Amino acid sequence: METAITNQALATNTEGYLLDYTQWTPDWGIEVARMYVIELTDKHWEILEWLRQKQAEGVALSIRKVGNSGITDIKQFYRLFPGGPLKISSKIAGIPKPVSCI
Amino acid sequence: MKKNLIIIGAGTAGTMMANKLNRRLDTGQWQITIIDRDNTHYYQPGFLFIPFGIYQPKDVVKTRTEFLPEDVTFLTDEVEQIEGELNQLRLKSGDVLDYDILIIATGAEIAPQETPGLKEELWYKDIFDFYTYEGAVKLAQKLKDWKGGRLVINLAETQIKCPVAPLEFTFLADAYFTDKGMRHLVDIKYVTPLSGAFTKPKATQMLNGLMEEKEIEVVPDFYLASVDNEKKVIVSYDEKEVPFDLLITIPVNKGDMMIEKSGIGDEDGLNFVPTDKFSLQSKKFKNVFVIGDTTNIPASKAGSVAHFEAEILTENIQSFINNKPLKATFDGHANCFIETGHGKAALIDFNYDTEPLPGKFPLPAIGPMDLLKATRANHVGKLAFKWVYWHMLLTGKKLPVTTHMSMTGKIKEENKETSLV
Repeated sequence: METAITNQALATNTEGYLLDYTQWTPDWGIEVARMYVIELTDKHWEILEWLRQKQAEGVALSIRKVGNSGITDIKQFYRLFPGGPLKISSKIAGIPKPVSCI
Repeated sequence: MKKNLIIIGAGTAGTMMANKLNRRLDTGQWQITIIDRDNTHYYQPGFLFIPFGIYQPKDVVKTRTEFLPEDVTFLTDEVEQIEGELNQLRLKSGDVLDYDILIIATGAEIAPQETPGLKEELWYKDIFDFYTYEGAVKLAQKLKDWKGGRLVINLAETQIKCPVAPLEFTFLADAYFTDKGMRHLVDIKYVTPLSGAFTKPKATQMLNGLMEEKEIEVVPDFYLASVDNEKKVIVSYDEKEVPFDLLITIPVNKGDMMIEKSGIGDEDGLNFVPTDKFSLQSKKFKNVFVIGDTTNIPASKAGSVAHFEAEILTENIQSFINNKPLKATFDGHANCFIETGHGKAALIDFNYDTEPLPGKFPLPAIGPMDLLKATRANHVGKLAFKWVYWHMLLTGKKLPVTTHMSMTGKIKEENKETSLV
C-alpha cells in the first residue's frame, strides 16, 4: 500500500506506518501530524528526532522510555500527542508501530 | 582450582538452571553457586487462586533448598552490586565473590511506590495486589466480607509478570461473586493501558468476547498516573478518571534494585537487563547471561518462558565454555493457561513471530488441548501444572512440550494483519 502525502507517495502498511523509516522527510511528518490536528512545535520535533535516533539504535520503545528520555515527561507527551502518544508520534516520525511484548 | 558459575536468584528460572547445569557441566571443573536472600520458594502462579479460597496459603510455599541438587552451593545472602568489569559480586555480608560465568535470575517484583497514591492510606484497605503472598492473603480476607460495589482491576504498565493473570483474576472474580449470589451487586471494570483485553488480535477478540459475555467493561488506553485516595478514583496521564470501591492493582513491575546499582539496567529505568533475545547473553558482558523475568526481551514474563529459555541457555552456556558460537536460539515461545471461571480455562501458545492462534495443541499421552477456547480439560491442565511445577519443572526434567513453538494443530488464517498495541 502507498500513502500519498503532498507530492510524495511512500510505501506504508494498512495503518499508515512507513515501511522504510529511512524514506522519511520532515514534510512527511508535518502532513501526518496534520491528520491528527497536531501543529508541530520545537518540543514535538525534539521528541520525533529522539524516536528516530532510538529506532536507528534498534531500541524497543515504550511510553516510559520516552518519559525517561530527559526531553519530556509522560504527562507532557500525552498533551503533545493526545490519544495514543507513542503510536501517533511513531507514525509521524516514520518509524514502525511500537509492538507490545505480551 | 575449580571455575565458578554463579546464579543470582533461586526462583523458577535460577532453580531450573542450577539443576540443568549440574547435570550437564563437569562438576569436577565447575563449582555452581546459587544466591538468594532467603530460603522460601513461592509457587507464584498459585497466588491467583488464594483470594478466592481455591488455594490456601500453605499450598504455595516450600523451601528453595529442597529443589536444589546437593552439589550446588546455596548461599543465603544478597548481591548488592555486580561489578562486570572485575567479574565479581559484592554481597551484603561484605563478601566478594569472583565468577567466571554469571547468570542473573533475580526476576521482577511489583513496585507500587512508583505510582503516587497507590501505596498510601487505602493500601490493603481498599487497594490490593495479588502478585505477592501478602497481598493475595489479605485480599482473600477482604473479599470474604465485601458487600459489593465498584470493583476495578487496573494494570499500571504493559510490561508485567504473567500478563494473563489480571484477566484470569477478573474472570475468577466474576465467577466468585456469581457463586455467592451477589454478582448483581458488583460492577466490574477492567482498566488497561492496552487497546483491548490483550495485545494480539486473535486473543484480544476471544477475550473481549468473554468480557462482554460476563458483563465486564473493558476500559482501554488508560495509562495510570496516580490514585486519589480521598475521591477513590484512579487517574490516567491524560486525566481520565475511573472511580472504585475496591481496586485490584497490578502495579508497575521492576527488576531488582541491585541491577540499577550495578548500572546494567535498560533505559526505561525498570531495572530489566538488556539481553540478546535469541542467545540470552547480556548485551554488556559476554560471560553474563540473563534468564526469566529479569531480561528486557520482547517475550512474556512467565514461568513457561523461563522453562523454554532454560533449555536454550543450558546449551549456550556449554557452547560458551567450549569457545563455540552460541547456536541455540530462543524463539520467544510462551505457553499459558488462562482461567476463565466456573471450572474452565483457555490455552494460548505463541512466540516472537506467531500470535496466539486457535486450533489444537498436541500433548503426548494426555491428548490434544483446545487453543483459544474455554474448556474443562484446559482447567484440569492448569491445576495439574502445580504438580508439574514442583516435581518436574523446577528440577529441570523434560516436559512433553517442544522448546521451540510448533505450528502443529494451529489454524492459520490468511490475511494476518500487523499486531495491535
